[in-house]
Amino acid sequence: MTALLSLSGLTKAYPGVIANDHVSFDIGPGEIHALLGENGAGKSTLVKMIYGLVRPDSGTMKLHGKAYAPAEPRAARASGVAMVFQHFSLFDALTVAENIALGMENAPDTADLTQRIIEVSGKYGLTIDPHRMVGDLSAGERQRVEIVRCLLQNPKMLIMDEPTSVLTPQEVEVLFHTLRQLSEEGTSILYISHKLDEIKALCEHATILRRGKVVGTCIPRDETAKSMAEMMVGETLRTPKKHYTRHGAALLELHNLWLQSSDPFGTSLKEITFNLHEGEVMGVGGVAGNGQDELMLALSGEELTPAHAIQLKGEDIGNLGPNARRMRGLLTAPEERLGHAAAPDMTLTENAFLTGAMRQNLTKNGMIKTAATRKFARAIIEQFDVRTPGTENTAHSLSGGNLQKFVIGREILQKPEVFVVNQPTWGVDAAAAADIRSAILKLAENGAAVLVISQDLDELMEISDNIAILSEGTLSAPRPAKGITIEQIGLMMGGTEVEYV
Amino acid sequence: MDFSALSPVSLIVSLMVAATPILIAAIGELVVEKSGVLNLGVEGMMIIGAICGFIVAVETGSPWLGFLAAMAGGAAISFIFAILTQYMLTNQVATGLALTLFGLGFAALLGHSYAGIKPPKFGTLDIPFISDIPVIGPLIFSHDYMIYISLMIVAGVWYFLTRTRGGLVLRAAGENHDAAHALGYKVIRIRIMAILFGGAMAGLGGAYLSLVRVPQWTEGMTAGAGWIALAIVVFASWKPWRIILGAYLFGGITVLQLNLQAAGANIPVAYLSMTPYLVTIIVLVIMSADKKRASLNAPACLGRIFHASN
Repeated sequence: MTALLSLSGLTKAYPGVIANDHVSFDIGPGEIHALLGENGAGKSTLVKMIYGLVRPDSGTMKLHGKAYAPAEPRAARASGVAMVFQHFSLFDALTVAENIALGMENAPDTADLTQRIIEVSGKYGLTIDPHRMVGDLSAGERQRVEIVRCLLQNPKMLIMDEPTSVLTPQEVEVLFHTLRQLSEEGTSILYISHKLDEIKALCEHATILRRGKVVGTCIPRDETAKSMAEMMVGETLRTPKKHYTRHGAALLELHNLWLQSSDPFGTSLKEITFNLHEGEVMGVGGVAGNGQDELMLALSGEELTPAHAIQLKGEDIGNLGPNARRMRGLLTAPEERLGHAAAPDMTLTENAFLTGAMRQNLTKNGMIKTAATRKFARAIIEQFDVRTPGTENTAHSLSGGNLQKFVIGREILQKPEVFVVNQPTWGVDAAAAADIRSAILKLAENGAAVLVISQDLDELMEISDNIAILSEGTLSAPRPAKGITIEQIGLMMGGTEVEYV
Repeated sequence: MDFSALSPVSLIVSLMVAATPILIAAIGELVVEKSGVLNLGVEGMMIIGAICGFIVAVETGSPWLGFLAAMAGGAAISFIFAILTQYMLTNQVATGLALTLFGLGFAALLGHSYAGIKPPKFGTLDIPFISDIPVIGPLIFSHDYMIYISLMIVAGVWYFLTRTRGGLVLRAAGENHDAAHALGYKVIRIRIMAILFGGAMAGLGGAYLSLVRVPQWTEGMTAGAGWIALAIVVFASWKPWRIILGAYLFGGITVLQLNLQAAGANIPVAYLSMTPYLVTIIVLVIMSADKKRASLNAPACLGRIFHASN
């Protein structure tokens, strides 16, 4: 079997870091090949080189045995290489057909294109309406748009970057069905993921990257998820242990909360009602864009609601702003680290001050108590193992995992009674993620109530006492996490649109 | 007070003349904003166009050459903005304001010796018999050529933005520049071309002021027209046809208040003169009251700096 795409000695260095160091491997025709690695292992740089977005410093690629060096994505597409991006490369305010036309060379006119979209989407079971506005579509539907856009160009090779991170388990099944069908028709697929169970189910070969180097190859069916994870991380992993305990009184109560989203493509909250108790960790699952951001804003106090809709220890707080809620013991850590949870160009000391000023008493007559603030920042850095030269470095200079540890640590050190966190381990390496999860569990063991909003179902099942699912702005009744299966959660997500054609 | 001087036909004809400079500048700015760039330098580009057009028209005796020179002048000064914001990644708001201040000063310098001169006369459409029909003749068939050209420009921009691939790519760059870049489109090149077009249109609008509407050169003669053009883009929700509506509405109020002043209305002149600006503010407040709708229409990347990440 001759390889369809063969990489040899690809190297790419950025100032201070070698993103790829002599990476070589082959992908055969029709093969589904997994590229495994942690965040920062160099997966993204590698696929960007294959797709012509980045040029390698040295090394060569061959496609069908011929030299292949795309200068830009256009050239890559012309050679039959297509890519579905991790963060969707779609335009919200344009229609499906317009979005697809933008991703094609020589797009046919609208009527023709519409016809072809319907044909291709029918053939692979990817139902989409070409005339709809992309901003109104669900994450799963958006991904279909991306895939159809690739398929319309008859690719020989399809690159998929973390395709399942935004899908319900049922949507993942549909996607795998499509990918297997493509593979049978001879299209090779380079599949990038860190979800090892999926790779075991789908891929024939895997190449593992760590710190820019190929550290191993394997046949996923013959490995366990744990053995592959350890190859990825290069050390044995420990998972935090969950102790199930009896819960105390209700600390946070939501009564019939409605909230109109201020984002034109956002989801409004409908009738959210739940109680969160002392010592309880409640997980809120669901696909992104189903009201998670709005729920977070309502709880943090950035969006106000009728006073009685949110009660903290029996007091109405729905109409109070963030600082008033902080004083009463409700602390939050939003999803977006840079720009929401932390100000990118400010130092860690300044960022520590931003949310800690009230509870830590860091001001005097309107002046910042510099020494006390720096001490608080240093305490966060030491207790949460934030790797940074010092408190005067900017938030921007920290890696994702370290900044997330800082953001979470900043809130936890303020001893919250209720702690709400959105996507605590998104884009964080495995070791940091484990640290963050144990910190959350420890907080709950000490009597705080914790609400974790996350799209990572494995994470929710690992740390939650109860799990509820947010779907189109409504929250399901919480269910005990013990004994629940991924399939049951998938059904709670409203994964009813599973259809095989 | 004498209302008999306010003939509806002559009112409409003069409102079109009053509206055209803003109309042309606004349609140019619409294209710029659709590509995701906020250029607040419209006022400066207009006045540069006004003086460039005026000088060339006076020196050559041809208003047409004057209009061409105005477009070249407007595009040239907008090129400074393009280089600063697209390559040196300066803040678009600050750079746009600087462009306005620079344009006003530089135009005054260029026009120093041209004050008080009459420019060559610009032609109007004159079809035998048809242009002489009462009402319809003056309303439709006897305007100066630039009024017809301005409407054709709006039609052309509408066709380009909604019906051509080039227009789709331009909108895409304004909607999500990272995605457009990932698909391999040259975001910076697209934006520079849009900025140059916007500059040329602002220049043309400015020259219409100095060559047709006024017609002569005085320092600071744009008198806020560029800012009104910016407001009209928002008023039009970034839709080309609505630019006509907004510009003519503004032109209508301007002309009406001028006529009321002439007719000796019993309102202090200061209040009458401020009405067009007041109406602009009121309309903008109403338009942006619905946060959700405003953000739906605006290009999502408007005013955001694009930096290609490797």
